[in-house]
Amino acid sequence: MERIIFYCLAAVIIAFGIASVTSRKMLRSVIYLSFVLVSIAGIFFLIDYNFLAAIQLTVYAGGIVVLIIFSVLLVHHIEMELEMAKATKKIVTAIACLIGLGVFLTAIYSYDFNVINMALTTTTADIGTGLLSYEAGGFILPFEVISVLLLAAMIGAIVIAKGKKLTEKNNQPQ
Amino acid sequence: MIPGISIYEILTVTSILFFIGVYGFITRTNLISILISVELILNASVVNFVIINKYLFPEVLQGVYFSIFIIAVAAAETALAVSIIINLYRQISSVEVKDIETMKY
Amino acid sequence: MNLNHIILIPLIPLAVFLILGLFYNKIKPAVSGYVGVLGLLISTSLAFYSAYNYFFIIGKTDGVFQTIVEKTVWMNFTDSLHIDMGILVDPISVMMLIVVSVISLMVHIYSRGYMKGDPGYTKYFAFLSLFTFSMYGLVLATNLFQIYIFWELVGVSSYLLIGYYYTKESAVAAAKKAFIVTRFADLGFLIGILIIGYYTGTFDFETLNNPEGASILNWASTSFMGLSALTWALILIFIGGAGKSAMFPLHIWLPDAMEGPTPVSALIHAATMVVAGVYLVARLFPMYYFIEEGFALNIVAFVGAFTALFAAVIAITQTDIKRVLAFSTMSQLGYMMLALGVSGYEGHEGLGYMASMFHLFTHAMFKALLFLCAGSVIHAIHSNFLKDMGGLRKYMPITNITFLIAALAIAGVPPLAGFWSKDEILVAAFEHNKFLYIIGLFVAGLTAFYIFRIYFGIFWGKEGAYKNKPHESPWSMTTPLLILAFLSIVGGFIPFSEFISADQAGFETHMNYPLAAIAVFAGLIGIGLSWLFYKKENKMADKFANRLGVLFTWAFHKFYFDELYLFVTKKILFNIIARSAARFDKKYVDGTMVGIGNQTVNTSENIKGLQSGKVQDYAFAFIAGAVVIAIIFIYIWTN
Repeated sequence: MERIIFYCLAAVIIAFGIASVTSRKMLRSVIYLSFVLVSIAGIFFLIDYNFLAAIQLTVYAGGIVVLIIFSVLLVHHIEMELEMAKATKKIVTAIACLIGLGVFLTAIYSYDFNVINMALTTTTADIGTGLLSYEAGGFILPFEVISVLLLAAMIGAIVIAKGKKLTEKNNQPQ
Repeated sequence: MIPGISIYEILTVTSILFFIGVYGFITRTNLISILISVELILNASVVNFVIINKYLFPEVLQGVYFSIFIIAVAAAETALAVSIIINLYRQISSVEVKDIETMKY
Repeated sequence: MNLNHIILIPLIPLAVFLILGLFYNKIKPAVSGYVGVLGLLISTSLAFYSAYNYFFIIGKTDGVFQTIVEKTVWMNFTDSLHIDMGILVDPISVMMLIVVSVISLMVHIYSRGYMKGDPGYTKYFAFLSLFTFSMYGLVLATNLFQIYIFWELVGVSSYLLIGYYYTKESAVAAAKKAFIVTRFADLGFLIGILIIGYYTGTFDFETLNNPEGASILNWASTSFMGLSALTWALILIFIGGAGKSAMFPLHIWLPDAMEGPTPVSALIHAATMVVAGVYLVARLFPMYYFIEEGFALNIVAFVGAFTALFAAVIAITQTDIKRVLAFSTMSQLGYMMLALGVSGYEGHEGLGYMASMFHLFTHAMFKALLFLCAGSVIHAIHSNFLKDMGGLRKYMPITNITFLIAALAIAGVPPLAGFWSKDEILVAAFEHNKFLYIIGLFVAGLTAFYIFRIYFGIFWGKEGAYKNKPHESPWSMTTPLLILAFLSIVGGFIPFSEFISADQAGFETHMNYPLAAIAVFAGLIGIGLSWLFYKKENKMADKFANRLGVLFTWAFHKFYFDELYLFVTKKILFNIIARSAARFDKKYVDGTMVGIGNQTVNTSENIKGLQSGKVQDYAFAFIAGAVVIAIIFIYIWTN
């Protein structure tokens, strides 16, 4: 049963991924991306990592896609057709990517993974304690660093996107 | 682990997704499309981490934690990229890659 | 024996040259004249003192005058091959020291009067000192390379002095011609030096000239086209000497060199520089004599004899008195070469060598005197040409008497100096080769004829049209004339053979009365003929010239050798060889260099597309590179 679901999800991922990078319309590209992201969340559900799937859906499919849609709206005529790259470039890149893919797959298939068959459910509590634990193997430090990084990103985004008009408006009343 | 699916197939899927993202990154002419391709690449690597964690080391959770951080960083990076694109749009009124070739010879 | 003072002899003129050359803006002209003369006075006294020392105090050891050499290694190539610098003292170098010193001193004193008022006065004395230094160095050289270096220096000084009136185009052209012709001859000289160095392993005169030494015995080792390699080297060295001594066919520069000031002609082109060729052959005389039984020496003799005849014939026809004197010098140099060519080595056999050196000594005195007198006349009349002169004996008595003395000397009238030296040459020629003797005798007659032709033309005959009354030259100019006249009279009485001989042992000479009488008779015939033709104004000379027709025209135009050489160089060398070489150089050599540059530019134009400024291209390069590296390291390397 799970096999069929997995194959459907894999097909969706690949199909919509290709559609996303070859679409001529901007909005459709974004939507196809969201489909890919949701399918990946589906894979996470299959693996029984429910928390991670939830994060994927919330942050990626919910936050990032919305962010991209807003930027598209701000800079674009939605119905405008996108230019495509020249044919030579596409073919050369495709060939390079196929060769790279070949290298990857050869590397993967020639290695003996010692798979451990164990069906274990991970709860959110486990993830939470691991993330915030102080002992060895705990991830409290990266957690704090990530929070600083998000703060820096927020401030950076505000400063970059503020623009000149707003700066003048702020400086004028003085 | 997903019963009936070996690790090889999943790794194949993620590799394909990775190279789709690379293809899109090199081929697309719009800055936002490039951003979307970057997202695909990052997602493929996230899935890689998680799958290897689940199949090879089921009793520890490092892969999950790392995936959480990747997702957070990806989000921050997308936000910043969008703000840069908007600033650039204000300057040159275009988000085409061919208009920002100022570093050429 | 302390010979340190000999090194001062060349160094003093060098110091004078440097002082006058570096400070010529700040020195008043009169001071530079005094400085030059003073330097030469010191050098001359040192030269006389060295001669006295060498010939009388040190004297002969084991019956032979010793060769004293002081040298130091200058450039070291290998253990056996090195170039030295030093001084070599032997009879002929000491004699040459005296000749160069006396003539140079006389010319310096004379120039103070002759060049007075000339703007480049200091420069002139600087160049004179440079020349004197170079000539001293040449005379004292210990090896072939040192003599070559000073040879070139002498050529440079000659160029500077001939071209002294550098605003005159003919002077500039003459200086260039002199330098190029002698340089061309020096190519032969250099090749000869290199051949000698290669086969004998040394350049040193002492080693080369040793009659029992390995270098002379080595001649049989290799042969090339019928003659041994060393003979070829000696012939090539003689070519170098022939260029400097204006032997046929490299004589074309000497008449044109008369464009320089007359004292310069007296010093360089009569008495000192042009004898450098003769001195070189004399220096290498043992080699010339012993190698392949003197084959090269025969060539020297014939070239010398031919040049003597050729120059004398041309001298009869010339109308510019300096040109006549130039051809006369050429003829007398031919005599010196002839004498060397017919010489032997041991004792009395070496008569030719002694005669040649003796003639060099006496010729320097009376030829310099002739030139200085001519300068005196030119200074008074401001023209070089015979047709403007005549009847000057009333106005310039001292010049008249001294010119007469010099003319009698060169004609070989006893008891003046020229008789003794020329007689020895004719005796040596008679003993060796009768044909050369006949030529020598005929040239002696011609010499007397042309010298008295210009003597009568200048001082007797109808008076020329003089704008201002000509007056005798000042004391600074007539004093050297008197001194040189005195030397021309007494110079012949020096018992030269006691001091100078090929094997440095000295021998006694005896007078060969019959041959001497014949020579004097030939000279008197010459004088008599010119008395008839030229003493009083008449048409005999012109009628005789017309009778000779074409021969006269040819001789007057110096047998068209200048035109021939000009034709060869311009039409053949320049057009065919030089032009095609220039075209090859411009098209291919230049083209290659420019082409390399253009190729670089083109390549960079083509690959500058790599810096496109597009991030995607960079990313593509990145990915592709990573994939390639992955393939290489994972699959190829580990296998």
